[in-house]
Amino acid sequence: MNVWIAIGATTAGCYAVKLTGLLVPAGVLDRPLVKRLAALLPVALLAALTAQQTFADRHGLVLDARAAGLAAAAVALLLRAPFLVVVAAAVVVTAGVRALAG
Amino acid sequence: MGLSGVAFGVTAAGSGLDVVQTCALSLLVFTGASQFALVGALAAGGNPLTAAAGAFFLGVRNAFYGLRLSQVLALPRRVRPFAAQWVIDETTAVTLAQPGRRSARIGFTVTGLTLYVLWNLTTLLGVLGAGALGDTDAWGLDAAGPAVFLALLAPMLRTATERAVAGLAVLLGLGLLPVLPAGVPVLLAALAAPGVLWLEGRRRGAPDRGPVGADPRGEDR
Repeated sequence: MNVWIAIGATTAGCYAVKLTGLLVPAGVLDRPLVKRLAALLPVALLAALTAQQTFADRHGLVLDARAAGLAAAAVALLLRAPFLVVVAAAVVVTAGVRALAG
Repeated sequence: MGLSGVAFGVTAAGSGLDVVQTCALSLLVFTGASQFALVGALAAGGNPLTAAAGAFFLGVRNAFYGLRLSQVLALPRRVRPFAAQWVIDETTAVTLAQPGRRSARIGFTVTGLTLYVLWNLTTLLGVLGAGALGDTDAWGLDAAGPAVFLALLAPMLRTATERAVAGLAVLLGLGLLPVLPAGVPVLLAALAAPGVLWLEGRRRGAPDRGPVGADPRGEDR
């Protein structure tokens, strides 16, 4: 049930912001500070989410195979690898480190 | 985005969502980063509304895409509720690259339709594939989510401001994790964005406190 509540709220919220952009007159949101904030908000959220999903488990912070996987993804990004290769590098290295650690 | 639907399907399955819930998210939400954020927060045991709030804030950027698009596309009002679902990163990039209104409308429609079909088909493929794999963690698939976030984040880190926001957000997100309920630290980490902007504004407002010998012409660009 909880999952459906989350799906419903996300659907409503994400659709509302998409439609808002198409409906409001230009100029209402078109201010330098608002635009700047809108560009930086995803940066903050994505950075926090990347860190949490790499170093968090249910009890707190841990350093495990995922960190090695994310490092591999970072190297792939520096080498300008395509999106799927970046994700695949993280998955393969994480699985490899887990298999080696047994 | 089309191909990463597989990654989303697999991640959602690994987060404990079933096939119907996963496909409902791709059909109804249709904005990748928000979907990844939501299933990640749910997997971490977050409250459903807190989890949805994180996904919502990631989706706010689409409102600004819509602003640009509505000027270029000039859609009739009754069409806008239908077009809205396709207002995402990729359709915006394609539409804004077109030379005229006609090609912009064609670009928006073709990209929107293609990506919508692809994203949903690949989501289904991913979630069914994950079911066949069994324990997705053993295959390292729990690393797919953070890798997707990193891949989305990397091209955004162009200037020192973006890097400062990202660094502060990581500190807030990890530092608050042990003391606050799941999902809340990410929302507070979002405050890194207005925080850094505020600090930047203060620095600009008080040039006499800037670094000695700094070129004044470098300010206020």
